[in-house]
Amino acid sequence: MGTTPFQFPTKIETRGLKASFRDKVVLNGIDLSIPQDRITAVMGPSGCGKTTFIRCLNRLHELTPGATVEGEALLDGENIYGKNVDPVAVRRRIGMVFQKPNPFPTMSIFSNVVAGLTLNGVRDKKTLQRVAEQSLRGAYLWEEVRDKLSDSGASLSGGQQQRLCIARALAVEPEVLLMDEPCSALDPTATAKIEELITNLKRDYTIILVTHNMQQASRVADYTAFFYLGKLIEFDETARLFERPKEELTERYITGKFG
Amino acid sequence: MKSMARQTTVGTKERRRLTNTAMNVLVYVAVGLALVPLILIVADVITLGFPALSVPFLTGLPQGYLLGGIANAIQGSAVMVALGAAIAVPVGVGAGIYFSEWPESRISFLSSFTNDVLAEFPTITLGIFVYIIIVAPTRTFSAFAGAVALSIVMLPIVARTTEESLKIVPVSLREASLALGVPRWKTILRIVIGTGKSGLATGILLAVARAAGETAPLILTALYSNYFITSLFQPAGSLPYLIYYDGGSGFLALQTAAWGAALVLVAFMLVLNLSVKFFIGRRFAGVRAEI
Repeated sequence: MGTTPFQFPTKIETRGLKASFRDKVVLNGIDLSIPQDRITAVMGPSGCGKTTFIRCLNRLHELTPGATVEGEALLDGENIYGKNVDPVAVRRRIGMVFQKPNPFPTMSIFSNVVAGLTLNGVRDKKTLQRVAEQSLRGAYLWEEVRDKLSDSGASLSGGQQQRLCIARALAVEPEVLLMDEPCSALDPTATAKIEELITNLKRDYTIILVTHNMQQASRVADYTAFFYLGKLIEFDETARLFERPKEELTERYITGKFG
Repeated sequence: MKSMARQTTVGTKERRRLTNTAMNVLVYVAVGLALVPLILIVADVITLGFPALSVPFLTGLPQGYLLGGIANAIQGSAVMVALGAAIAVPVGVGAGIYFSEWPESRISFLSSFTNDVLAEFPTITLGIFVYIIIVAPTRTFSAFAGAVALSIVMLPIVARTTEESLKIVPVSLREASLALGVPRWKTILRIVIGTGKSGLATGILLAVARAAGETAPLILTALYSNYFITSLFQPAGSLPYLIYYDGGSGFLALQTAAWGAALVLVAFMLVLNLSVKFFIGRRFAGVRAEI
């Protein structure tokens, strides 16, 4: 399942991607192509494996004790699970924003944004200031925090914290941005701001957005993948998936019959 | 609507109020009883020790059976506790990091368990152990042996509090760092320890406070000396030992010196524990965002 007859440059392609926690199989062979510089939503009921899927793409899943991954995930044609591939290098090209905002509480806003650089040895003040402003602008947060960059990262509101985390992820200049239900902990106003932000980000980044909110997917995503019980059921352009789903399971999910 | 004062199966309102008051009284009595020993001891130490305090007392050496100074004991305690900490802190923090960040390994589990057992060990047995491995081969009681014995006292405390302080750093912060492409060791060093550092400091101070008051480990290792330290491989004085020896002597002057030394020790504990309270106030600054 999941063959795509579309013509688009593929940024990420998974082949037979399987993920397990000890003996429990959570992802059962996913073949999916993610288009470059577009927003792809990954949807499905709780427990369908959507979060595990993106955690496999930045090699975070394997860090849980007892977690295993099989199959391939190709980034620009190269398997990120290849023999000599350094997972740390993969994570610098594929960034992640989490469901609950997680700024580093002991660091200032400025330090938070440039954390990905400072923790990797970048010390030049001019570079850090330039990157900080660029990233904060990119995350629609610059105007709100430009006068209080030395305040604690935790002193911001929830929506601002999440934009701070997005800025922090952007600062390392990844090619792909994985977003795990980034708005689920936020109020509607903050959600709207971040959705607008995400729509603008796709010009420069390939975005994979896990969401359980169908309205959000239809607002924001160019393509949508529907997962169920660890399998990819359907993948299509968002409008087509919602209006004329090919699979019965997809149709039942969209019309609210479960999940 | 039925009256709120009706008889319910849990008793009348009046009976519940009386029970509440009775329980409050019992709790306050219990607190009072618990405080009584502490208050009596501190009162004794202050009233009996204060007369001994003077500059010559704190800076001079013992004068036979007269009221001399305790500077040798102060120096001895300071040197042995500091040296013991220099050994125990790196090893303890390292162990604590390992227990916290690699909990799934069997060595980690066994060592952590052993650590908890060691924390409850009678310290006289630690003294015997160090006597066998250091004092006997070197054929001398020494400050070094005393420091090693104290380091064994401190080690489990440092390891345990380090482990617990790091464990409460949320997983989400570790993942945030890893997702930025920061290697695991740097994540542990800069983010995990950076966030848990006040807990670590607390653990170290608690271990130092504990070691400063220990007598049994020193009896068989450092023994005692009435002079300032000239070599780490000679016996050394210590405040707890002085209290034990002079306090048990038949000479009033020496007993007074013992009370004075006790006051110095208690004052040191107080300063240390106040520092701990200061750090605890900041301990949760790192995780307040999650609450």
